[in-house]
Amino acid sequence: MGFNELHAEAIAGVVDRVINRYRRDPTCMLQILREVQEACDWVPPEAIDRMQAVLGVPRTKIEGVAGFYSFIYTEPRGQYRVLFSDNITDRMQGNRAMMERLCNNLWVERGKVSEDGLVSVGKTACTGMSDQGPGMLVNNYAIAGLNEGRIDEIAELIRNKVPLGEWPPAYFKIEDNIRRADILLQADFKPGEALLAARARTPSDGLNASNMRSWREGLPSGIGGPAATLDELKRANLRGRGGAGFTTAMKWEACRNAPLKAGLQRIVVCNADEGEPGTFKDRVLLAKCPDLVFEGMTVAAYAVGATRGFVYLRGEYRYLLDHLNAVLAHRRRENLLGKDICGLPGADFDIEIHVGAGAYVCGEESALIESLEGKRGTPRNRPPFPVTNGYLDQPTIVNNVETFAAAALIALNGGDWYAAIGTKHSAGTKLLSVSGDCVRPGIYEYPFGVSIRQVLEDCGATDTQAVQVSGPSGICVAENEFDRIIGFEDIPTAGAFTIFNKSRDMFEVARNYVHFFQHESCGFCTPCRVGTSLLKNLMDKLHYGSGSPYDFAEIEKLNQLLQSMSHCGLGHTACNPVLDTIAKFRPAYEKRMMQQDFTPAFDLDRELSSARQMTGRDDAGAHLETEHGGAA
Amino acid sequence: MSHTFTLDGKTIPFTEGQTIIQAASAAGVFIPHLCYHPEFKAHGSCKLCTVKVNGRQTASCTMRAAAGMVVESETEEINAERRALTQMLFVEGNHFCPSCEKSGNCQLQATAYHLGMMSPHYDHFFPNRAVDASHPEVLLDFNRCILCSLCVRASRDVDGKNVFGLSGRGIKTHLIVNAKSGQLADTDFTLADKAAQVCPVGVILQKRQGFAVPIGARKYDKAPISETAEEGR
Repeated sequence: MGFNELHAEAIAGVVDRVINRYRRDPTCMLQILREVQEACDWVPPEAIDRMQAVLGVPRTKIEGVAGFYSFIYTEPRGQYRVLFSDNITDRMQGNRAMMERLCNNLWVERGKVSEDGLVSVGKTACTGMSDQGPGMLVNNYAIAGLNEGRIDEIAELIRNKVPLGEWPPAYFKIEDNIRRADILLQADFKPGEALLAARARTPSDGLNASNMRSWREGLPSGIGGPAATLDELKRANLRGRGGAGFTTAMKWEACRNAPLKAGLQRIVVCNADEGEPGTFKDRVLLAKCPDLVFEGMTVAAYAVGATRGFVYLRGEYRYLLDHLNAVLAHRRRENLLGKDICGLPGADFDIEIHVGAGAYVCGEESALIESLEGKRGTPRNRPPFPVTNGYLDQPTIVNNVETFAAAALIALNGGDWYAAIGTKHSAGTKLLSVSGDCVRPGIYEYPFGVSIRQVLEDCGATDTQAVQVSGPSGICVAENEFDRIIGFEDIPTAGAFTIFNKSRDMFEVARNYVHFFQHESCGFCTPCRVGTSLLKNLMDKLHYGSGSPYDFAEIEKLNQLLQSMSHCGLGHTACNPVLDTIAKFRPAYEKRMMQQDFTPAFDLDRELSSARQMTGRDDAGAHLETEHGGAA
Repeated sequence: MSHTFTLDGKTIPFTEGQTIIQAASAAGVFIPHLCYHPEFKAHGSCKLCTVKVNGRQTASCTMRAAAGMVVESETEEINAERRALTQMLFVEGNHFCPSCEKSGNCQLQATAYHLGMMSPHYDHFFPNRAVDASHPEVLLDFNRCILCSLCVRASRDVDGKNVFGLSGRGIKTHLIVNAKSGQLADTDFTLADKAAQVCPVGVILQKRQGFAVPIGARKYDKAPISETAEEGR
């Protein structure tokens, strides 16, 4: 059944079909590569030939894009491509043993393709299933809740070449695990309501900014609605939920006011590239309330005067795509998308979903826009900013999934209603993705201002040593800080809340995160590309028992350099987990300091491991004695 | 409003739209750089040209000059970080200056001298990168690639050929050429291309020219890189 042997003609046919569906548009290159791969199992050179010919773009560009994304393969990776989620919580749930079991079952080596080309088994960064791990992706479809029995069954299915579509549906069932719902998750919301409310609203007196662009837009049939919507958003004091917390109304207004060149349009982008290890709230919002999110985007389009919208869905959530497209189709039928939305002349807006392909850095808004344009996901030089020069150089707003959902509710219920929830500086509610050492992992929606301690109590966490808030790029909170609160005035967060009890080794937590950043650095700038690799090597050196105070000093120097010299936030924050854990959990590091003096990282005995593997020997005589017992 | 800013205390004039490095260069002040080249759109990836603007660090090749900016460049703090970046580039690739044909004409080497780099400091990565000797006129030695993308920009923007591109991600980012075989011989690259002239290190080398100018008599052997800045490179 494998398509690996397909000849050039058949491949060209597949490529043509995909390219035509994407209007022969080179800006859809990543989508085309992704779909060609879904048909061919990989992207063979013949497919690139055809893309080059039909799209009229150089091969370097296609290969450059294909090479950037972890989930696009220009080498055959097997008919079944299994990737185990390797977040720290997956590790705590035993993903390593699961992977080993599957490899043994299938007689394959990790990271390699089986000799018959049937299957490859590897690991990937967090797949967004921390509340029901360990998880895996098979051909980019998510499977959660792995256990030994399921691993054995999966091995059997693969061995018998059962098509993925015929695997037991229960495998692909992803739970929402909503543990605490507030205004968003228990919204009594009917599609279209927020739009109608926005349309009905007229600009209020007293508020200045209502920045109508023209008389035409201020008249008739209440088209003052866009300005009034911005006013409500200002009153609501909504701040972006992606982590940075930029004031949403300011962003929207800047986009609305950005000059528009002839033939160009304004763009609304929903950032659903939720990639921070340990976060999964966007997954739940999209699965449970897609209408609320799409309606928020449509409200945004109405407010800023945009006609085109994108959802950039992370590749790991590929399984949601068909469902989301069905919801969009339904909204088109209901006149909630398309032309003259809700009967309002000129209110034209539609949404297209683009799917990512395993590149965390694409969550950064300018990298996300590059990716949307079918390029390598490298963060842009700024200024100019996306609000004036975004997607294809057009004014663009990029907001988080949760931000749009909140915006829909604000359009529906008004800004004052929203501002009354939460704290003075942090209005509204926040979804937390709670995982790790607790009885009830899942989604918790709280008004801003909730304390760490309260969350720990609610989810049934005991004997807690630390909480990593906002994933690796966030902060690590120790026991004496549990009275701190979630909110922009104290601990801002995109939503990850990962709990570690006292049995966990915080050094290994930090090391896992450092490996993550090293893998996800885009490679554009020197400090991040090389610095994250050096940092990873230093952490591994400590792990192998060759650490000394010298290495501590090196880590601190690297951190300084990454913070000051890196191109984007990934590099700026890459050292955070290490510095936080050094400061707060020093004994975990001191345990690793076998040496008081400098010890080189090179370990002769460890270097001989491949020789041992080749000769099939692992007895005492095959090992060298090292002074510090560094044998791994 | 006067169109000047200060750079290490010196007043630097600029015209609207100029970046800090452009204005500095026009005023005869050298800011170390590797991926910047006056003839091409700034890239901002090597970060060697980072300066402190009003206390915040930023790449001077992409930052537009603005009136009244206070810019610091030649401070021990910034130069120490530039030195660390240079060391990073040395250990990331395989740079063996004494055996390199580009020695004395190499910007990386000259920058290392300028910054007083005495050792690579970090552990070498020793990456395994194959040489491409397929082309009759040009040798590609990827071991020395610092991913500045000058050849990519020159080939795309000047030659209109797109011979070069970057693929991979993170530490695996690497230079590729526009051929199904991956070989330079299978592209339309020629020595006359602009892209053949821009490599700041020893990746793109003309064949049969080895040591035509002896080491010791080459560009940066005669004058340090900071004094050749008026040439714009």
